[in-house]
Amino acid sequence: MGSAAPRSASVLLLLLLLLLLRAEQPRGAELTFELPDNAKQCFHEEVEQGVKFSLDYQVITGGHYDVDCYVEDPQGNTIYRETKKQYDSFTYRAEVKGVYQFCFSNEFSTFSHKTVYFDFQVGDEPPILPDMGNRVTALTQMESACVTIHEALKTVIDSQTHYRLREAQDRARAEDLNSRVSYWSIGETIALFVVSFSQVLLLKSFFTEKRPISRAVHS
Amino acid sequence: MAGVGLGPLRAMGRQALLLLALCATGARGLYFHIGETEKRCFIEEIPDETMVIGNYRTQMWDKQKEVFLPSTPGLGMHVEVKDPDGKVVLSRQYGSEGRFTFTSHTPGDHQICLHSNSTRMALFAGGKLRVHLDIQVGEHANNYPEIAAKDKLTELQLRARQLLDQVEQIQKEQDYQRYREERFRLTSESTNQRVLWWSIAQTVILILTGIWQMRHLKSFFEAKKLV
Repeated sequence: MGSAAPRSASVLLLLLLLLLLRAEQPRGAELTFELPDNAKQCFHEEVEQGVKFSLDYQVITGGHYDVDCYVEDPQGNTIYRETKKQYDSFTYRAEVKGVYQFCFSNEFSTFSHKTVYFDFQVGDEPPILPDMGNRVTALTQMESACVTIHEALKTVIDSQTHYRLREAQDRARAEDLNSRVSYWSIGETIALFVVSFSQVLLLKSFFTEKRPISRAVHS
Repeated sequence: MAGVGLGPLRAMGRQALLLLALCATGARGLYFHIGETEKRCFIEEIPDETMVIGNYRTQMWDKQKEVFLPSTPGLGMHVEVKDPDGKVVLSRQYGSEGRFTFTSHTPGDHQICLHSNSTRMALFAGGKLRVHLDIQVGEHANNYPEIAAKDKLTELQLRARQLLDQVEQIQKEQDYQRYREERFRLTSESTNQRVLWWSIAQTVILILTGIWQMRHLKSFFEAKKLV
């Protein structure tokens, strides 16, 4: 009974610590968004000093499957800039604490709107229970086996994601090809008919004009 | 823990909940800017029976102070989620801060669209809104401290639970992959068939048109007594 008060105090302290640590808590964002033609879209995130962040992006559908991308630090310096890239990966250790922004631009394209996927990871993955971060003893064999399996499964999920994105890209191209085959075939058939009829008409017109003259000559 | 009475435990729990609530509202990572009636759409390609949790927080631009206000009541965001067949799964108006959840029942591209339909922005001018967004899919949407508390799991059991959830997600993704590959194969075979039949049809039409042209012109010239 007597241990209740200091225990509740320690829990409160732990939670307060959690609240403070929240500012530094590692985060990750994985989004797929639509980028209309002639548009630019920017995303911002606050990063602490010394924390490593990584940006992976890939264009899934649209046009020539390329996009411009640049990353700026809080002072406005461009730390990464690429034009017309299909996919890329960029890691950087933040030297300055502040809001970093990364933008995707489709301003070079006039009529194709694109779908872009990006994965922005800041810092390391947080532990599933807050306690796990403040261990004093070493991990037991079971726990380190769990950690190994977890890391391996994360790799599997990552490669599944990349495979899914490439497959989505291929499927979009295949469906585009399928519809284009239909339209072009119908268009070509119509063109064929138009050309053959106009050929015959044109040929007939060469010989039809001379008729009144030849009749006058014959009579 | 067995020796502690229920009273102090309940008080502790309430305080813990309050602090956790404070933690939850403070932390949002990524943000972007959105115009007044602008609509932003995000696509999530997910297998079926996958839960998606989205959290957002909005801040309005104050033109006089040239700063984003910390929180503005009265702002509303309309969240619309469509499934791969175009059917609307979720279409709700939330406040300036909200949390939406949905579970997919068909695998494929789900579209999550957000737009602000608040008229207050027009009064304050500037018309810019900062939206903090966080979308968690599948296994990432699980709240492990909550699961540990609910099922009373030890740390090791919780780790095992996390591994089980990850494996389940991998299995679902693989099933989805099989479904996608089948769609892809159908599309390719359809293209193959179309190319084949249209080529044959066009060749036949070409030959028939050629024959018609010759016969028509022959009869035309014979009528003209040129042949």
